[in-house]
Amino acid sequence: MTPRLMTPRLTPRRLRIPASIALPHRRGFLTAAAGLLGVSALGGCDRFAASPTGQRALKAGEDANLFVQRLLLTPASLAKEFPDSEISPWFKPNGTIEPPDRAYKALAAKSFDGFKLRVDGLVERPQDLSLSDLRALPARTQTTRHDCVEGWSAIGKWTGVPLAEVLQRAGLKPKARYAVFHCADTMEYAMSGEEEEEEAEPEKTANPSMETRLEGAENQASDSQAAGAEAPKPEDEESQGTPVRYYESIDLTDAYHPQTILAYDLNGKALPVSNGAPLRLRVERQLGYKQAKYVMRIEVTEGLNGIGDGKGGYWEDRGYEWYAGI
Amino acid sequence: MAAGSTLSGPDIVETVRRRWMFRHPLVIRLAHWLNVVCLAILLMSGLQIFNAHPALYWGAASTFDKPFVAITDDQRDDGTPRGIVYVAGHTFETTGVLGLSNLNGQQAGRAFPAWATLPAHQDLATGRRWHFLFAWAFVLNGLIYLLYGLGTGQLRRRLIPDGDQMRGFGSSIREHLTLHFPEGEEAKRYNVLQKLSYLVVVAVLLPLMLLTGLAMSPGVNAVVPLPDLFGGRQSARTIHFIVTNLLVLFVIVHVLLVLLSGVANNMRSMITGWFVIERKKLPAGPGETP
Repeated sequence: MTPRLMTPRLTPRRLRIPASIALPHRRGFLTAAAGLLGVSALGGCDRFAASPTGQRALKAGEDANLFVQRLLLTPASLAKEFPDSEISPWFKPNGTIEPPDRAYKALAAKSFDGFKLRVDGLVERPQDLSLSDLRALPARTQTTRHDCVEGWSAIGKWTGVPLAEVLQRAGLKPKARYAVFHCADTMEYAMSGEEEEEEAEPEKTANPSMETRLEGAENQASDSQAAGAEAPKPEDEESQGTPVRYYESIDLTDAYHPQTILAYDLNGKALPVSNGAPLRLRVERQLGYKQAKYVMRIEVTEGLNGIGDGKGGYWEDRGYEWYAGI
Repeated sequence: MAAGSTLSGPDIVETVRRRWMFRHPLVIRLAHWLNVVCLAILLMSGLQIFNAHPALYWGAASTFDKPFVAITDDQRDDGTPRGIVYVAGHTFETTGVLGLSNLNGQQAGRAFPAWATLPAHQDLATGRRWHFLFAWAFVLNGLIYLLYGLGTGQLRRRLIPDGDQMRGFGSSIREHLTLHFPEGEEAKRYNVLQKLSYLVVVAVLLPLMLLTGLAMSPGVNAVVPLPDLFGGRQSARTIHFIVTNLLVLFVIVHVLLVLLSGVANNMRSMITGWFVIERKKLPAGPGETP
């Protein structure tokens, strides 16, 4: 086929080694090397992931994901909307199913009559909007698929006011970049002075799973918004330290996306408490933990530094991606 | 055979008892070993991610009470815990490995055991980071391999069976079943089953992994309706899992055959590029006595 094949017998010096003698050594060496490599790789992975270099390296994949998605997704690319026939018979209530907080319970007891959504931060006209105010604004209904970071999906029909409408009423100041959502549900209690110690353990096992797992023996807290620590007990709220309530954030690109709404109805009925009543964010091109429930206040900010640990959300501060598009 | 693949030096070297042939160019060798690392990490971090919701469904959404596959734990009649795998209505006990296994000296309900997941303990966030970082490495490595392979003709030469090989399909199956592998001249090229299985992995299974993986991304979905290709997002997730199993099966068979057909020679050729054919098994050349 090629001239090389016809090459006369060449015997370069480097190949003159009596291979039969060299081979066993080489074989032994290769086997040992492969074995060592395998063992150290498996044992070393966790140590690598915990090191600063490892953290940075692992973050590179996340950055690349965000970069490509920003490249691909235009403000006009819409999440798929489904026909009503595909609505899941049961929209799995996820995360916090019943906020333990007294103030929230009082609101819920009166069907959220006294509820006011606060919109403040870098806005010209801070707003306090009741549910009827919000229902009076233009509405959007969308039947979309909710994708949990864990892997499962459910389809629901959401009705709500586009976030853009609310932000327009408030008027953004020039430095505005993010919309931060402050929620009603307490996730855990921060102990003054020893926060780091307290959080170290739950961080490892916590998981914004959108379901209640009864079998999660090693994963004592696997609910979405309620995970992270022991379920908070409302009775001794004060004695446990400062409550850490769920928080999330999106940038203005997502905030002004036509499918980004503050939903008050699910499948044609008022949003149940288990699914985030009275108001839940829908950011359809991202995963479930971005869809903040029990939204009480929207704060428009320039950055995310002052929010929680600065990564933009409760789960983001516990290792999950801020841009949850994958 | 491997023409023009070395920067310098011949592709075939004859020594007294052996014919050395340069079989694997550097790019292919690097791609192979990088792929070993990528697939190992993708597999183990993938099992970590699977453990977060150890059930598979068909369609766009999950049917929680009716999964297609689930790996979980329940209790025997006497109240002791057991691990189970549920597949389309059938339940198999898998205590110790799947569903219920040892974690730090204690029995823990988890789909895949700690030794198979990355990280070992349940930590979805870190598992996802490993998975995405190495998914990128896998994709870039695969692209380089494909571009190089197509550009140099290596891919066609390695993976597409020659006409005479297709006619010898039956005898190749017989050779594999009896573990008698081609020697001499015939060992210079991959055999027909080898070529076809590599072709299926390179052209079907690995691309399917990438596509079903991307199909699970709500972000990518808004640009490319990938889930529709596979019957919905949950179907895509199920296919992602099934193809993972096929790849694991491929790797097991691949490693077994590497061991059985001359481990030193195979390993050397994938590390240094040089593959050896024993001279006594070669037909006598002109002027040679057998």
